[in-house]
Amino acid sequence: MPADAVQTLADLSTGEVEARLHSDAGLRLRFGRFVAGIRSDLRPLARGIETLYGDYPVAGDDDFCDFPVELTGTGGLRRFVRPQVVFRFEGMQPFKPLPGQQAVAMLEWGLNWVFTNHAQHYLIIHAAVLERNGAGLIMAAPPGSGKSTLCAGLALKGWRLLSDELALVGLEDGLLTPLPRPISLKNQSIDVVRRLPGEIVMGPVAHDTAKGTVAHMRPPRASVDAALATVQPRWILFPKFGAGSACEVEAMGRAQTFMQLVGNAFNYPRLGATGFEAMARLVDACDGYTARYGSLDQIVPTLEALCARPA
Amino acid sequence: MSRHTDTHLARTLANPSFSDSFTAHDWEALIGQARTSDMLGQVAEVLGASDRLERVPAAVRFHLDAALRMAALHKSSLLNELAVIGEALQDIGQPVLLLKGAAYAAADLPAGRSRVFNDIDLMVAKDVLNAAESALYRRGWLPTHLNAYDQRYYREWMHELPPIEHRSRGTVIDLHHTIVPPTSGHHPDAAQLIADARPVRIDGCPDVFHVLSPVDMVMHSACHLFFGELQKGLRDLYDLHALLSELSADPAFQEALLPRARTQQLEYPVLLAVHFAHRVFGTRIPESLRNECERRLSSRWNGALSDHLIDAAMYPQHPSSDSVWRRVRRQMLYARSHWLRMPLHQLLPHLAYKALVHRDDPAG
Repeated sequence: MPADAVQTLADLSTGEVEARLHSDAGLRLRFGRFVAGIRSDLRPLARGIETLYGDYPVAGDDDFCDFPVELTGTGGLRRFVRPQVVFRFEGMQPFKPLPGQQAVAMLEWGLNWVFTNHAQHYLIIHAAVLERNGAGLIMAAPPGSGKSTLCAGLALKGWRLLSDELALVGLEDGLLTPLPRPISLKNQSIDVVRRLPGEIVMGPVAHDTAKGTVAHMRPPRASVDAALATVQPRWILFPKFGAGSACEVEAMGRAQTFMQLVGNAFNYPRLGATGFEAMARLVDACDGYTARYGSLDQIVPTLEALCARPA
Repeated sequence: MSRHTDTHLARTLANPSFSDSFTAHDWEALIGQARTSDMLGQVAEVLGASDRLERVPAAVRFHLDAALRMAALHKSSLLNELAVIGEALQDIGQPVLLLKGAAYAAADLPAGRSRVFNDIDLMVAKDVLNAAESALYRRGWLPTHLNAYDQRYYREWMHELPPIEHRSRGTVIDLHHTIVPPTSGHHPDAAQLIADARPVRIDGCPDVFHVLSPVDMVMHSACHLFFGELQKGLRDLYDLHALLSELSADPAFQEALLPRARTQQLEYPVLLAVHFAHRVFGTRIPESLRNECERRLSSRWNGALSDHLIDAAMYPQHPSSDSVWRRVRRQMLYARSHWLRMPLHQLLPHLAYKALVHRDDPAG
């Protein structure tokens, strides 16, 4: 490895990864502009982190850690009988413990919560974000709409993944800031994505979670490498998967696009007039669409054609 | 916990130059302690006021700027909310007092700068309490604790009504009629507090709002902290530090503070306020006043024990500043707060009910 190359998690031995997870400073990974320090004594979690985060740059011990998180088992008899896992941020425990086998999922949910609550320089929308030819596609939808599956499908077709969960819209510049993370897949979509062509690496499968069966797909290396490159938003899509549905993409008026996005924005009310202005600028810069579809084979080529058109 | 980092927050707030030699590790302790104490905004304020924000590492600055942004939004939404409340309450024909965070913000006191808080605390005379409550219901606020036991607990025993919450905006109001629970055995003269309050003007809002006089404001802040559960001990003590720094240079304030607290039967918390503010933040308080407070405190038989327990509440509940013994002492303080709030013949049945019978109401 050349001396100036960025050290990634994959450059560390398993022993070194575990030593860092056990250390006070934690295993410090760069998620775009943020550094999260992860501490844990859970072996399966260490394996999951190695699987999903191999391409992520490792921050130095002298770099400021934005978000220290910790995942540990609960003590006492629970260690042996139906073990549980606890998530802590700055020593606080924002969630109830989960069954031990959901540790990786809990890390992902916990980090989502941390980023959502602390990235207050952005209008934060619950959406998948991808880039095509230098322009950004925002796909906003409530859980169960097939957003993450579609996101994985596009990422495997070479779209750059900015996030499968959070659109971070700059309040001053209106640009999309990437926060690439593993793509969260649920139930049938795990197998749907596994069958897609391309290099697919899945983390451990957690059963019987609050969202059913959950597994995470490792994000493409190119997306992780470009995690500091912001993007101008260009398209806003509200996808809705329906089994057997025909593929229909319809343009949407600005007012309706605005109101639908508000419904998916986490911190819109908190941001007051600033949030309104950021949302208005976003909607002005984009074309809005709704999409119904019954399979990835229909919708992926349709979006490739739609987003190939010059602005 | 490390003895090296456990006072980073308090020391930076007291003297921002303390942060000049910080490493990344020190900044992490400071930001973490400020997050768990809800004080990121105050940290950003003191660093900004001493022209240090520019020198803060960019990654740390991101969080401080975010805190300033959120605090500014918080303040503007507070003022909007007060305009609605002011209109709702203008017909009760009596002053409406703002307490704590809302008062500091509305009166533009240093204690209120970039300070965030959850509830809006109001106080009115007891004879217009029901009228004020009804007026707020007509403007969209709704009761939260619908359970009959909780209603009785608040209405008969406490100094405030059960919290009421706006049905669409979610803002929560605590409506008080005095500043300490009547069951605590302390009976300050609420009418006198209201009579001595000072009007505050808020743009676009009817002139109904007042804040406590400087001496009463310190007294109430001290009661809130030292008769309470001390959950946000350092944050509340910092309020007192900011108030005392600003007010205690005035000779009239120095002369009035202890006599007023004595006549209102609330001297003890004021003594503790002066003592701890000086100890934790080095608050500049005229020496004669401070000596008088120390002298009176030292004559109390349980002074050393209380001192040791309360000390534990003045560290952030963050891994860099917490320890098992501090947690144990905070548990004792929690028990102490109930003990102070009501006599045993009321407290024991209350705790038994809470432990055995009470179910949280879905609306609460």
